[in-house]
Amino acid sequence: MTGAGWRSRTSRKGERIMNTLWALLHDPNMRWIFISCTLLGLSSGVIGCFSYLRKQSLMGDTLAHAALPGICIAFMLTGTKSILYFLIGAGLAGVVATFGIGLITRHSRIKHDSAMGIVLSGFFGLGIVLLTIVQHGGYGNQAGLDKFLFGQAASMIGSDVLTLSIVSLFLITICYFLFKQFKLVSFDPGFAKGIGYSVGFYEQLLMLLMVVAVVVGIQAVGVILVASLIITPAVSARYWTDRLGVMVAVSGVFGAISGATGAIVSSTASSLPTGPLTVLAATALFVLSLLFGSKRGLLIRRLVQQRMKRRLGFAYEEQAATASVDERINKEAAL
Amino acid sequence: MSRTDSKSTTFVMERESIAPPLAVNGLTAAYQKKPVLRGVSFTVTEGELVGVIGPNGAGKSTMMKAALGLIPRLSGEVLVYGKPYKQQRKLVGYVPQRESVDWDFPTNALDVVMMGRYGHLGLFGRPGAKERAIALECLAKVGMADFASRQISQLSGGQQQRVFLARALAQDASLYFMDEPFAGVDAATEKAIITLLQELKQEGKTVIVVHHDLATVEEYFDSVLLLNVEVMGYGKTKDVFTQDLLQRTYGGRLAFLDRSGLAQPDITKG
Ligand SMILES: Nc1ncnc2c1ncn2[C@@H]1O[C@H](COP(=O)(O)OP(=O)(O)OP(=O)(O)O)[C@@H](O)[C@H]1O
Ligand SMILES: [Mg+2]
Repeated sequence: MTGAGWRSRTSRKGERIMNTLWALLHDPNMRWIFISCTLLGLSSGVIGCFSYLRKQSLMGDTLAHAALPGICIAFMLTGTKSILYFLIGAGLAGVVATFGIGLITRHSRIKHDSAMGIVLSGFFGLGIVLLTIVQHGGYGNQAGLDKFLFGQAASMIGSDVLTLSIVSLFLITICYFLFKQFKLVSFDPGFAKGIGYSVGFYEQLLMLLMVVAVVVGIQAVGVILVASLIITPAVSARYWTDRLGVMVAVSGVFGAISGATGAIVSSTASSLPTGPLTVLAATALFVLSLLFGSKRGLLIRRLVQQRMKRRLGFAYEEQAATASVDERINKEAAL
Repeated sequence: MSRTDSKSTTFVMERESIAPPLAVNGLTAAYQKKPVLRGVSFTVTEGELVGVIGPNGAGKSTMMKAALGLIPRLSGEVLVYGKPYKQQRKLVGYVPQRESVDWDFPTNALDVVMMGRYGHLGLFGRPGAKERAIALECLAKVGMADFASRQISQLSGGQQQRVFLARALAQDASLYFMDEPFAGVDAATEKAIITLLQELKQEGKTVIVVHHDLATVEEYFDSVLLLNVEVMGYGKTKDVFTQDLLQRTYGGRLAFLDRSGLAQPDITKG
């Protein structure tokens, strides 16, 4: 299967699906939600590649869970459900969480991943408490904050949709222009430093982009599952290629498909939450990749192995036989 | 390599000052408390191949890392072409003893070598046909042209090392630090690499090489730095690579000196 042929075929098929969807999406509001979820998936998939390759999969989860109390506090203080305030709240909570993780690892013998687990659950617990207070307290306009748990794309209003789309495009643009820096910093930070890149800056920037992707994704996908929209497409894409550029593109497409699926299904099939559907779509793509991935999929590996075996089968058996005889002789000699 | 892009012309101008490629002055470094390098000073002459010799744990790798600012130094000064390393990064190439990269990263040999060109591209510049051609040329020089599109974890240890050497060549630096480039490579490759280093020398570049095989020191290097925590000797190979100084550097553990044909049997036994 050549890369070009595969790509053109999917794009043709994609076009057909798009047309049907377009007909389905009469409601212009729904159309925008669809577009913004697709863009969200695309940007999450792109950012996710760098998080995954820098072994920060769990970090995305931590940041997402840490965002919940931040969002609640932002809502309690401002009384409005605006993505901008939520972004600030979630971002600050993320900084506090990161700081907390650093504090724990530095002043105890607790390992980094355990520290993340502690902080993640602590913040999430706090978030749920605050969420309950908001639900039962005298905050008008409170309906819908619970949607942040599992995401409800259909509940997004015009300005949310616009913010989501613009931020997603912004994330993709940054990754496009700083691709070579991000690549080198992820692959070989020592060398990157050697040729004069400010590695610290790019690492912080990547982290910031991940926080932004998490936070803007929360309303559509929900706190609990938003991190998997960042990681799953990246992991899946790795099964198809050994080139970073291709991996980022495939991951973006997988994310976009997942986001689009989530938006469509949740809007058509009554009030199903978007997050689980999006993540289910991403997981389905992962299973497909695991099985049929053209570089590391189980099937291709099995095929290659079998072909090798058939070609070398005889030689192998002979070798194995002599080896075991040698072994026996050696053992006897040792005795 | 006869590339003359604008960047390397500026390098040439910077190098016109008489400042030596590397001047290390009173360098002391420690990992925990005990210094592993003490008061190391030496000045490298332009266009030389310099061998760094010393037993395991002598601080050879540490010296390179401290000079490059990869580990903090307790005291001392390191000047590259007369200026602190931080200002001269683009003039320096470094091949570490063991690459600590993620071998599973989605990248192939050619791609890794192209990374050597990133320092010459602008902020938003993208590697293109020119970078690709240079990278291929460098891969060919280390005899790895046939492996250009191999994912890097699917290369042997020696092949991986050659790829990273090719990346350093692609950097087109003026001063190279190479930490044991001959470790684990076969005889033919060693020959190819030394020819390559001699070519670099002919281009006026300076190469500092950590080396373990005493038998080839005289053949390979113009100058030698004998290191064991402190500098045990530094100078032209014929002046420094002597029984007496080697004996002091290795502290009596010189059984394999006789391979170099230098030591008399009675000395190696004592
Ligand atoms: N990361 C580290 N932490 C603590 N001590 C270290 C570290 N790296 C090296 N050392 C110690 O510093 C000393 C010098 O090590 P270095 O790696 O510079 O030796 P070397 O001369 O390069 O040896 P080799 O020939 O084995 O490569 C050794 O005693 C070593 O145990
Ligand atoms: Mg070493």
